[in-house]
Amino acid sequence: MSDAQRLALAVADAQASRTKAWSRRFRLTWGAVVALLIVFIATSLNVEIGFMTSATPFILGGIGLTILVSAASITLATALATIGALGRLSGNAVINGIASFYVSFFRGTPLILQLLFWYLALPQVGIVLDPILCAIVALGMNYGAYMTEIFRAGVQAVPLGQREAAAALGMSNRTAFVRIIAPQAFRIIVPAIGNDFVAMLKDSALASTVSLHEILWRAQNIGAQKFKTLQTFMIAAMVYWVLTIVFTALQNRIETRLSAGDRNKAVKG
Amino acid sequence: MSDMKQLSTTPATHPVHPAEKPGVLVKPGAEPVLKATNITKWFGENHVLRGASITVWPGETVCILGRSGSGKSTFLRSLNFLEDPTDGTVEIDSVVVGADPFHTEGGERQERIREVRMRAGMVFQEFNLFPHLSVIENCVEAPVHVKKMDRKEAEAIAEKYLVKVGLLEKRDEYPSRLSGGQRQRVAIARALTMQPKVLLFDEPTSALDPTLVGEVLKVMADLAHEGRTMIVVTHEMDFAHEAADRVYYMDQGEFAEVGPPEQVIDAPKDPRTKEFLSRFRTLGGKK
Repeated sequence: MSDAQRLALAVADAQASRTKAWSRRFRLTWGAVVALLIVFIATSLNVEIGFMTSATPFILGGIGLTILVSAASITLATALATIGALGRLSGNAVINGIASFYVSFFRGTPLILQLLFWYLALPQVGIVLDPILCAIVALGMNYGAYMTEIFRAGVQAVPLGQREAAAALGMSNRTAFVRIIAPQAFRIIVPAIGNDFVAMLKDSALASTVSLHEILWRAQNIGAQKFKTLQTFMIAAMVYWVLTIVFTALQNRIETRLSAGDRNKAVKG
Repeated sequence: MSDMKQLSTTPATHPVHPAEKPGVLVKPGAEPVLKATNITKWFGENHVLRGASITVWPGETVCILGRSGSGKSTFLRSLNFLEDPTDGTVEIDSVVVGADPFHTEGGERQERIREVRMRAGMVFQEFNLFPHLSVIENCVEAPVHVKKMDRKEAEAIAEKYLVKVGLLEKRDEYPSRLSGGQRQRVAIARALTMQPKVLLFDEPTSALDPTLVGEVLKVMADLAHEGRTMIVVTHEMDFAHEAADRVYYMDQGEFAEVGPPEQVIDAPKDPRTKEFLSRFRTLGGKK
């Protein structure tokens, strides 16, 4: 082995051990913070293991509803955003105007106001919706407005040359959109849908205000009965936290798979 | 020069200017494949095309030369209405589309534009291959979804042209795995698979690494020699000299000189052409 090769190996070794040391410190920091948190809860919060073990299953019982509401809402939001984005891209002033009003209004008012509107205000004109429907419609329409702009930007991020190439081959606008533009925009949009789903998991806690028995409602109610909301909110926070960690990991996997496809397929025409 | 002016401003029935006569390869009595008359384009206050006309006969290769900003790309892009001209008429294979600056005509004009585009294959400077489709899918996408051709039949045609551009073995690759020269050759095969009457090349080698220019020019020269009808906007003077039947020199939105390459490139008459070519030579052109 030559001196130059030995040097190269030594440099690579040093780099590898630096990287290793960094991730060790990173993991230790996390461990320390979590341990501190547990010690803090255990010593100062009067844990009452008996109460905690009886309350936890009750709170965990809300996971299904939280996921159901989030999944239904993100589906509605995706559908609305697709229609909304097509509207915002339309050359028709009326259609574009309606879509732009939708985005402006639903992004410009508080989500909780929109939720209470469906639940408390509509009954005044004789329309009474099931609480679960209220939550899905409120979350779906609100997120749909935000996602409309994301979808529109995704379509516009497809290079102009792609449209020109499609047009030059004789494709109608419709064919060009369906066959050429939309598939490329889709790759740009998918990660955003994942992000919004994780955000939705947390915003679905607002549904507790319309008496939907999801995670936060359960934590609030069982805690209030025993004057122990400190403990139950702590449990609820953990549940949401674990949920978002799990779904973020899932989302990362999907994104990795998509971008692996990109390396084989997409970028620069 | 006065003749050229007249050519530029008279309507579709203009008498053919001597320099616009078909080259020797063209069969007597043949009708032009493409006739563009008085193409005019304003970008806001900017008069980009000042009534430029071109007539191309079957089997001809026509090169359009001119300095950057002379309007030659805009002119080429007006021929298939990627740029909508302010005035003028394009006729390809007896499909006629006129300018519609006030958008008074409706969807029927759009349909005629699509008919023009199906007859005029275009090759872009930036290739513009579809990144989400494989090479063969790039080629058959339009034949299948625009011409409603049977997929198997379209693939057979595409494979024939992939052989011609020397890339059949890349049939199932995606564009991102190809070099620039390979991408441009796929783009040529994609245009050919639509079986157009005329091919439009918009500076097809300008975005390429210098070492990859040759392979693309070779494919283009082969197409020219086998009698494809082509209009090529290019800075490649050697290619124009070797492959073109006629050369158009564009200056400030109008054609200053038209004729066979031996005349326009080797012995230009118009002072503007002379100046352009002398600059080209001082910048390292071989001829």
